[in-house]
Order: sequence, then structure tokens, then C-alpha cells
Amino acid sequence: MSVLAVAEHRNGEIRDVSFELITAGRELAEDRGEPLHVVVIGNPVDHFASELNLDGVDTVHTFDRNEEFNHNVYLQVIVQLVDAIDPSTILLPHTSNSLDFAPALAVRLNRPIVTDVVSIKTEDGLIVTREMYGSKVETTIGIRSDRSVITIRPSEWDPTIAPGKAAVEAVNVSIDEDAIRSTVTGFGEVAAGDVDITEADVLVSVGRGIDSEENLSLVFDLADALDATVAASRPIIDNDWLPANHQVGQSGKVVSPQVYIAIGISGAVQHVAGMKDSDTIVAINSDPNAPIFDIADYGIVDDLFDVVPEVIEQFDL
Amino acid sequence: MKILVTVKEVAEVYDDFEISGLEVAESSLNYTLNEWDNYAIEEAVSFAESNDDVEVVVVSIGPQRCEETIRMALAKGADRAIRVWDDRLTEQSLVSPNVKATILAAVAREEDPDIVLTGVQASDDGFGATGVALAEELGYEWAAVVNALDIGSDSSVASVHRELEGGIEEFVDIELPAVFTIQTGINEPRYASMRGIRRAQGQPLNVKDLTDLGLSESDLDSSIHLLSMNEPESESEVRFLEGTPEETATELSGVLQELGVKE
Repeated sequence: MSVLAVAEHRNGEIRDVSFELITAGRELAEDRGEPLHVVVIGNPVDHFASELNLDGVDTVHTFDRNEEFNHNVYLQVIVQLVDAIDPSTILLPHTSNSLDFAPALAVRLNRPIVTDVVSIKTEDGLIVTREMYGSKVETTIGIRSDRSVITIRPSEWDPTIAPGKAAVEAVNVSIDEDAIRSTVTGFGEVAAGDVDITEADVLVSVGRGIDSEENLSLVFDLADALDATVAASRPIIDNDWLPANHQVGQSGKVVSPQVYIAIGISGAVQHVAGMKDSDTIVAINSDPNAPIFDIADYGIVDDLFDVVPEVIEQFDL
Repeated sequence: MKILVTVKEVAEVYDDFEISGLEVAESSLNYTLNEWDNYAIEEAVSFAESNDDVEVVVVSIGPQRCEETIRMALAKGADRAIRVWDDRLTEQSLVSPNVKATILAAVAREEDPDIVLTGVQASDDGFGATGVALAEELGYEWAAVVNALDIGSDSSVASVHRELEGGIEEFVDIELPAVFTIQTGINEPRYASMRGIRRAQGQPLNVKDLTDLGLSESDLDSSIHLLSMNEPESESEVRFLEGTPEETATELSGVLQELGVKE
């Protein structure tokens, strides 16, 4: 048996999550005494294979396909590869594209799937850790099956950068083109606009705690007082209270300002992914258990509507 | 055309909560409609309003408690609802995505919809796997993390946008029948009107158990089990500023000035 990691790429480059995936795969493979296989599907596949030839990887399986991502193609290639090498664990990054085919892969292979895991231990079977209720609760789950599909949360494992000595093999599979019932027609950018939050030194970022669109003026007043730029977490964008180019997070922009002031933001993992590298993080939130305080440098546990006007007053003096 | 929308009543945990065994204590929970499913309902109902002969059916797996939430989906404009429950489900420490997909597929086979809409994920367990697993069970095509959906006039192909990371989206044409997992922000979910709420009380809500769906106990076999539940240990090095709002604001202002804000 073996561990099989499914690499992800975009715009001709391997994505960082794939290097983290190799770390998770190598640790698991070592625990289980199994080889680590990596599969990459796309083009230029030789370039991908050399990027993935990293410490701990025994074999990189390549499938040359001039297409960025098609879940039907991924499924067909991986199912046939699994037939050939019978991996115990299939590891994928917990990303939009994995969400688009990993559950189907699990059903087709009749394997259990556990998603968004933050740690993997080998005991009797596998024991994985994952969060529930928006990171408020941590659970461990036992997988009582020799064969499983697991997606791992981005940024939980360090990336592997040390080079390896992997064999590179082209996967020998045939694609049934009639089974491909979806066609990618293009790509677009959601977040275009004149404000570039990635350039700001100080960001005042607002979340669900602001309650209503009218209350946003409080945040703009604070930004004015601090010479800062206004950013936001996802619910504000979903409600159309601010345009998408203000969104910080996994599906928005990644920012690293000198000061990031999170107002009424709970700190869901998707948001944190977009701002955790800020130099100093300040959080104002009424919930002392809000995950934002896990990464904040300074915190105020109080009603933002009481605190923020006082801060504005201090700076307007 | 028929659209099947899967909805889930999710538990939200209060700021202060207690864990008892493998569950959050009932007294720490508030039950509500899953946020992602609210957008899925809106997508189906608004399509039905602007097209002829579209039936919107809602299906939910859950105990009787969920009926209030299901009625909310009816009040927003769905035509009828199905609730699936079986006491054998309460014996499971967690209901896996594979088991949910098996149950929902049994309902979908009876309903034979052209389109199935699910939320991308549920806010409580957050697997994000049920919709795509359901598509594979049914042999339907699918797209995950959809933030724009355009159903073609001849009902054979839908054009969707899939949200990728970093503000990028992918445009895909998907052959129908298909399952789409709906992302938040795709539309503006409506509030149920008083008239809708009154009407929903009289709308059909069928309750089915596993036997009704031709399923048996072996269909509930899951090889994943909850072993423990706890509050995550904080690795926080946060310095909390304490006092009245005026005091904390003053202290924060000092900190910000030291950091060079507004020099």
C-alpha cells in the first residue's frame, strides 16, 4: 500500500498547498511505513513533476492534459491510478477544486471521506482532528477503514522545499471523452476596483458584528481618524454592503499591513488565511472565545459600538 | 422542470458553551437554517418565479424539531417538502457525508429532479462533501462552490461560475441533470412574508424513514466515528486591554500611536 497525494496547480504553477500536502503525506507515509506517491494532472506536466520532486516523494505520476482542471478527467485518471497502486490514504488539499471532485472520488472508490483536517495520527487506524461550529469546537474522528480520502486544511503543515529523488512516471490510462460532461470556458476576476487593500499600511476591517449597512459609517469614521483603509470579511461582501475588492480572506485578498484592526470579525479560518501575516493585529469583539483572539496581538472584549466611538474621539482630539 | 433543494437545520453554539461527552450541551445550542442552504433556496425560488412550470421541492434529513426550519423554506416559496428521519440515525456519533448522500440519493431517485441545489457546506460540521457525493451517487453531473448559475432555456446545459481562491472564478458549462453546491453571496435571500408563513402551514411536508426509501441499516454503515470533542487550546499570545470602553480605547490609541498609526 502507499499514500497518494493529489497535487493542485493554477496558471502553470504548483500551488503552495501542494507543498504542504507533500509534508503531510511524507509524515503519514513514514508513520505507516508506506511509500509516498504524488499525482499531477495538467500541462506543462514535466515542469510540475520537477517542482514536485521533493523530500520524501517516491514516485510522481504525471498525466499530460492541456486543461487547467476538469473534475471528470481528474476522477478518471485517479480511479485508474488507484486501481494500479492501491493507496491506503488519498490526500488532497481542502480547496475549491478538491471540493469539486474529492467527494465523488470517495463515493466512486467506496471509501470514507473526511475533509478539512488539521492533523493526522496513525494508531489502530487513522485518527484525524478537525474543527466544527466555525472553529469553536475541535473533534477527533477515527477512520475504521484501511482506505480513505482525506482533505487537509491549507497552512496547517509547513511546505516541503528540500529536493527529492522521486521517480517520474507517466500514468498509463485512457480517458473516456464521452464521460466528460462539463467544459471550462474561461476564468475571471471577482474583485476588481479602484481600492487596493493589499497596498494599505493600516487596515480597519469590519465583519458581521457591525449588524447593518448603516452602521458601516462608524468604521469609515474610524478609518478616517486613523488614515486607514477599510477592508471587510466575507459576510459584508455577501450582503453587498461593500464591493468585493474590499474582501480579506481565502476567496478575497491576502493582506499583510503594518496594523490590521479587526472589528466585529470572529476570525473564521477562511478570513484568517487572508490576514494572519499582518505585523500587528488588533481585535475588538464581544465574544471572548472568538478565534480572532488566537492570532491577535491586542484584544478588546467589548461591544464595538461602545469602544470604536471612543477610539475615534481619541484620535480626533 | 423540477429543482430539489437539500436543506439542513444546523446548530449554532453560543459564545459560552459546554461540551458533554461527544456533543455540545443542548442548552448551548441554537437551531437555525444553514446559511448556505438559504442561498440555495433563493436561487431555486427566484428561478421558479421567472420561469413557467418549475416545481421546487425541499428535502431535509433531521428529527421532528427541524420542521419549523423546513416550513421556513416553504414560506420563502418552495412548493413542498420532504423530511427524512430514522431513529437509527440518532445512534450515530456523526452522520458521514457518504451516508447523507446515500439517503438524499434515495429521495432524488423518487423525485427525479433536473437540478439539485445544496449549500457548499453546513455551518456546523462543515464537511463540504455531501453535494458532490450525492451527484456521484446519482450519476448526475455537478459543480461545486457556485457563485453564479444560469440555467439554459432548453434545460440541457447550465453555465456556472465556480469560486476559486484569491478572487478568481472559473466559468464552466455543465450538462443537466446536475447538482450545484451554492456559495453564499450568489443572490440576496428573501425574508419570508407573513403571507408565505401562513401559507407554509398548509403545504405538504412528507415524512419518510429509511424503509420508505428502500434503504436498510447497512446503508447507514459508516467507517468514520467521532472519538472526542473539546474546546481547542488557544495558542494565543494576545494582550487583552481591560476596563471601561473609554479606558480600553485610550490604551488602544496609545498602542496604535506607538505603532506609528497617523503620524
